[in-house]
Amino acid sequence: MIPTAIFGIANNGLLAITALLTGVALVFLALWIAKLISPRSFNPQKGEAYECGIPTRGESMSQFKVGYYLFAILFLMFDVETVFLFPWAVRMRELGAAGLLSIAVFFGILVLGLVYAWRKGALEWK
Amino acid sequence: MQDLSFITSWIDSSFRSIMPGWLSTTVECLLIGVGLLLVYALLALFYIYYERKLCAAFQCRLGPNRVGPWGLLQSFADMFKMLIKEIIHLDHIDRFLFALAPYLVIIASMLAFAVLPWGNGLQIIDFNIGIFFLIAVSSIGVLGILLAGWSSNNKFTLIGSLRSGAQMVSYELSIGLSVITMVCLAGTMSVGGIVEEQADLWFIFKGHIPAIIAFVIYMIAGTAETNRGPFDLPEAESELTAGYHTEYSGMHFGFFYLAEYLNLFIVSGVATLLFFGGWMPLHIPGLDGFNHIMDYIPSVVWFIGKAILLSFVIIWFKWTFPRLRIDQLLSLEWKYLLPINLVNLVLMVLIIVYDLHF
Repeated sequence: MIPTAIFGIANNGLLAITALLTGVALVFLALWIAKLISPRSFNPQKGEAYECGIPTRGESMSQFKVGYYLFAILFLMFDVETVFLFPWAVRMRELGAAGLLSIAVFFGILVLGLVYAWRKGALEWK
Repeated sequence: MQDLSFITSWIDSSFRSIMPGWLSTTVECLLIGVGLLLVYALLALFYIYYERKLCAAFQCRLGPNRVGPWGLLQSFADMFKMLIKEIIHLDHIDRFLFALAPYLVIIASMLAFAVLPWGNGLQIIDFNIGIFFLIAVSSIGVLGILLAGWSSNNKFTLIGSLRSGAQMVSYELSIGLSVITMVCLAGTMSVGGIVEEQADLWFIFKGHIPAIIAFVIYMIAGTAETNRGPFDLPEAESELTAGYHTEYSGMHFGFFYLAEYLNLFIVSGVATLLFFGGWMPLHIPGLDGFNHIMDYIPSVVWFIGKAILLSFVIIWFKWTFPRLRIDQLLSLEWKYLLPINLVNLVLMVLIIVYDLHF
């Protein structure tokens, strides 16, 4: 039993674009309604940054702790590698022993990468 | 269980009899859009009420009980209040990115929302790589949050968004690996296909030990992904005012609020899809009478009911555990969940190879 497509629309790209445009329409319409009915008042104090009540010091769009970027880079490495696991996971039963062997090598490299990052202390938050 | 696609195919054939094909497709796409919008808004309103009532119950309070019977109209009142609040124009922000961020957050949740298996024959987007598409679009949300924090030009939002970026990006790995574990068992990435595979037994029973481990990891990572519960340090209100959406006001803030609640539903919906059979009723092989009775409950009720029950667990986390520190959060993911997940994937492969699953 194969579930039939909704309204018989077989083109999933069209449906994805519909969902995307629905999201855009939701934000656009709600902002438009809010603009129509919300009050407006002007005060120079309102435009300031919401921090401590005193004028903000220094630049906020500044360089920041490198630890965050380190984790982002680690993520990039692992995520790209997990993307390669997906096609194998779907065809696992058909590929059999040869597929298992080759993915084991790939998987070993992935684990080695994690071990390396761990030993290098990249997973410590300093 | 009855195939609900007869409704949509009936609408389709009646449209086609009165107008040309391209026009009927356009009208149907509009119908889908309006339907998505309605369900999205109603679920968000329901979730705000649900969470507030549950939170009250966990803290021995009554919760909202003044607006309407049992406070049922409270979230409508909240939404209306948000609409009539002023949207403050700030003069220190990056205007374009500031306006773009809510769009990205909402689009990410709307696309993921449309992929969920709503019912038998009611699935909207059914790519053959459905679950992969879902992971891909849900990561657009991180981009929206990072942009919101950066463009606000505020120290609180910068710290909040960077924390959120590191957290969501790390925990996405665990979600991905849990999904791979279940895709191994299902042998397909299509959302409809995964549901069909669970017709005789749900995956959490079929895959027993590795499936249960994958489920637990998925729930922890999903909680972190929605910035909730013990993982709410991007918006830790006692240290960062409101984190990445500090500078947003009125309806602009409302979008982040909306997306957060909808992400809660999406995370529990995906857990339902992967582990509890999507819209598939509870079937036990050998008990035909029981299976037959279960088939009488409509598939939409099954899906939404299971998703709401799983969200109860996530809300329960929030009111039970204290907030983690950023170093604890990252070491939990990278030193515990990720290695466990890798071992679990190997375990699942072994179980499939030796045919030890049900």
